[in-house]
Amino acid sequence: MKKPFAITLDPGSSLANHTGSWRNNRPVYVDRLPPCNNACPAGENIQGWLYHAESGDYRKAWEELVTNNPLPACMGRVCYHPCETACNRATLDSAVGIHAVERFLGDEALRQGWALPAPAADSGKRVLVVGAGPSGLSAAYQLRRMGHAVTIAEAGPMTGGMMRFGIPKYRLPRDILDGEIKRIADLGVEIKLNSRVDSILEAMTAGRYDAAFLAVGAHIAKRAYIPAGGAARILDAVSVLRGMEDTDQPMLGRRVVVYGGGNTALDVARTAKRLGASEAIIVYRRTREKMPAHDFEVQEALEEGIMIKWLSTIKRMEDAALTVEKMQLDDQGFPQPTGEFETLEADSLVLALGQDVDLSLLDKVPGLEIADGVVKVDRNMMTGHAGIFAGGDMVPSERTVTVAIGHGKKAARNIDAWLRGGKYAAPEKHELATVERLNTWYYTDAPQTVQPALDIARRQSSFDEVVGGLDERNAQFEARRCLSCGNCFECDNCYGVCPDNAVIKLGPGRRFEFNYDYCKGCGMCAAECPCGAIAMVPETI
Amino acid sequence: MTQQPVKFYQTGTFTVGNRLLPGDERAVQANMRRTNSLNSGHRACQGCGEALGARYAIDAAMQATGNRVIAINATGCLEVFSTPYPETSWQIPWMHSLFGNAAAVAAGVAAALRIKGGKGAKVIAQGGDGGTTDIGFGCLSGMFERNDDVLYICYDNEAYMNTGVQRSSATPPAARTATTMSVGRHPGNVFGTGKNVPLIAMAHHIPYVATASVANLRDLEAKVTRAMGVSGARYIHIHVPCPLGWGSQPADTIKIARLAVESGLFPLFEAVDGEVTARYQLRRRVPVEDYLRLQRRFAHLFGATPDTQTIAAIQAMADRNVRTFGLEAA
Repeated sequence: MKKPFAITLDPGSSLANHTGSWRNNRPVYVDRLPPCNNACPAGENIQGWLYHAESGDYRKAWEELVTNNPLPACMGRVCYHPCETACNRATLDSAVGIHAVERFLGDEALRQGWALPAPAADSGKRVLVVGAGPSGLSAAYQLRRMGHAVTIAEAGPMTGGMMRFGIPKYRLPRDILDGEIKRIADLGVEIKLNSRVDSILEAMTAGRYDAAFLAVGAHIAKRAYIPAGGAARILDAVSVLRGMEDTDQPMLGRRVVVYGGGNTALDVARTAKRLGASEAIIVYRRTREKMPAHDFEVQEALEEGIMIKWLSTIKRMEDAALTVEKMQLDDQGFPQPTGEFETLEADSLVLALGQDVDLSLLDKVPGLEIADGVVKVDRNMMTGHAGIFAGGDMVPSERTVTVAIGHGKKAARNIDAWLRGGKYAAPEKHELATVERLNTWYYTDAPQTVQPALDIARRQSSFDEVVGGLDERNAQFEARRCLSCGNCFECDNCYGVCPDNAVIKLGPGRRFEFNYDYCKGCGMCAAECPCGAIAMVPETI
Repeated sequence: MTQQPVKFYQTGTFTVGNRLLPGDERAVQANMRRTNSLNSGHRACQGCGEALGARYAIDAAMQATGNRVIAINATGCLEVFSTPYPETSWQIPWMHSLFGNAAAVAAGVAAALRIKGGKGAKVIAQGGDGGTTDIGFGCLSGMFERNDDVLYICYDNEAYMNTGVQRSSATPPAARTATTMSVGRHPGNVFGTGKNVPLIAMAHHIPYVATASVANLRDLEAKVTRAMGVSGARYIHIHVPCPLGWGSQPADTIKIARLAVESGLFPLFEAVDGEVTARYQLRRRVPVEDYLRLQRRFAHLFGATPDTQTIAAIQAMADRNVRTFGLEAA
């Protein structure tokens, strides 16, 4: 071949030089487990649904959300959001307001009338769910989606369980609750109200059910012995809150004292205030730091004028006066009596000391184990009796709506596997996307969006919802605060920072691929990936 | 200086691209059809800052001119690792002559283009800090002085890396190189030496001078794009860490470049007609120690008894930059 003067070789491209052979570590794309997902008792794919909300595809976000939780509008209001406690964004400014976006999506779905995904083909199996609380509803929804025929037997006159009879309206408006439950019923779940199951085995035989899920909750108020005069009015928190759903609201009087330190105590005191009590006082035997109630609820209660008497126990109640003994904490942090007494005027005393489970329907079920007043279940949510599963407040748990929804889902998966003669194998969890895995330089500073709150005067006098929702614009902003921990969100950083053009961009929604022919394994892509979705793995030779 | 306001799209505009940003607001590097001017298969070390900086700059220039760029390359790493005859990684018209004459050759190419009627092609000369601040400095100053229609880009990795890490006039004080060993009472490069070529370029009163860093892609691309729209002599000085010569981890290249900027040691600014017109305001200011510690060329400062005096002297340099260039928001 004729070449110009002094030229002896043909020109060539460096593509002939496969620099990938230099590599001793190879980058690989991974999906790590975001801490929010890891912390969610209902097992929601939070990062997954936020991803769709970020681009404004609320329908898709909601559909992703309801694969794990059929009650997002309720959950966005009442969940104590452990996801936000775990959120990596808290190390930058403040956690993503996940509950607020969840609520927005839930409300949007109700507003637009979005339907839940259609159930799978009929399996021919029948499942009985006992209790229409969050756990029962969640199990029924999941089982129905898997194609089973589901009947819910509810002892009470209304659905919702503790979501209706334990959580006041100002935290969970009833139209929201009803709307989300109706959607589950619309899937073909049969709900029988006022149908108390006295014996689970008899009910299963009579209805030809192949399996049962028990979620009767904990509705029996714990009592404490308090000597009282004849005219003293002592009630329990469960019946007060339940009474709020009747036409006749409970009569509490002008001065109401609530005994206990949990969220229920606060709910009752705040309810009493709204019913017109001029004084609502909580008496608690320990200090605020030791109080089991959530801090934001204490804060909201104090704002509304609820008074709290710390380090006090109630000794006795005469007609309209309580005798209260002062306590002090000992070295171990336990309250000890001091012998100092004082008198507190009160028209009524409400005990909020926790709840027990009514386990009578389980009498004479062979194999079943009960300990500390709750039913024992194995890792698959099955009781000692094959085919009977249980969840929610009646099994050892933290007793929140979110835990209950998680139990329902988990039980449903196991019931489904059991009905098909197998065992449910949960997919292995990905490695956790801790904050050290992120490169937070790339995230713009943006503090959490504050939800509007109802003004104090209206909070003290009405049952209107205290905390408002986000609108479309700020819900999207809030969603976009998500760091997408551990999961690629297509920021193009790896594609941009590779000095060897060894990252192939596959196009919108399709992420990226490494070109190992040229990747030298420098690790810059992994170091500059904002969300920790690239791992460096040693090469084997 | 930030050419577009920071938008809050999860990562704002700090990342290369973002699925939520419209295409025209993403970096050139986010584009699936970017030129890849410096293509795969080049022989630069793992994590080479210069290879990255060169692709960033030339891709942006190609985009800004509709792919009408001719590049003249000085001798140095960039030439050696990209074009071992007869192979090349360059996917643009590219020419190499000598170590010291890139600016002069570029001036000649620009003159030839002018005589042949132009057709809109733009000339870029590029080289490392050795070929720019030392060996090619006479030619460079001449190109500035004549106001030739050339953009000169210096990729500054602060020593002669290609020949084995010898000191250049861009080597920072206290840095260990093959010719400024970490021995004696004052180990490493001597304080009070070296030169600041961006400021010298400004003293020629050429239309456009800027500094940039591989750690700030958006800023770098904006400056190259702006330079391509200006006629006459232009100069951009890009800070590009060298894992081999600096003794740093290849994966840390961008991180180190970022720490150089955020500590104030490498100020990012723009100057028009010899006057500073814009500067990058530090986002998260860090002490110089954060920058120095990641590099073995400064390891002698952090022995059993850290050389606090020298570290303080380097910190004083950073503080002076912050003061003179106004790098901190008031």
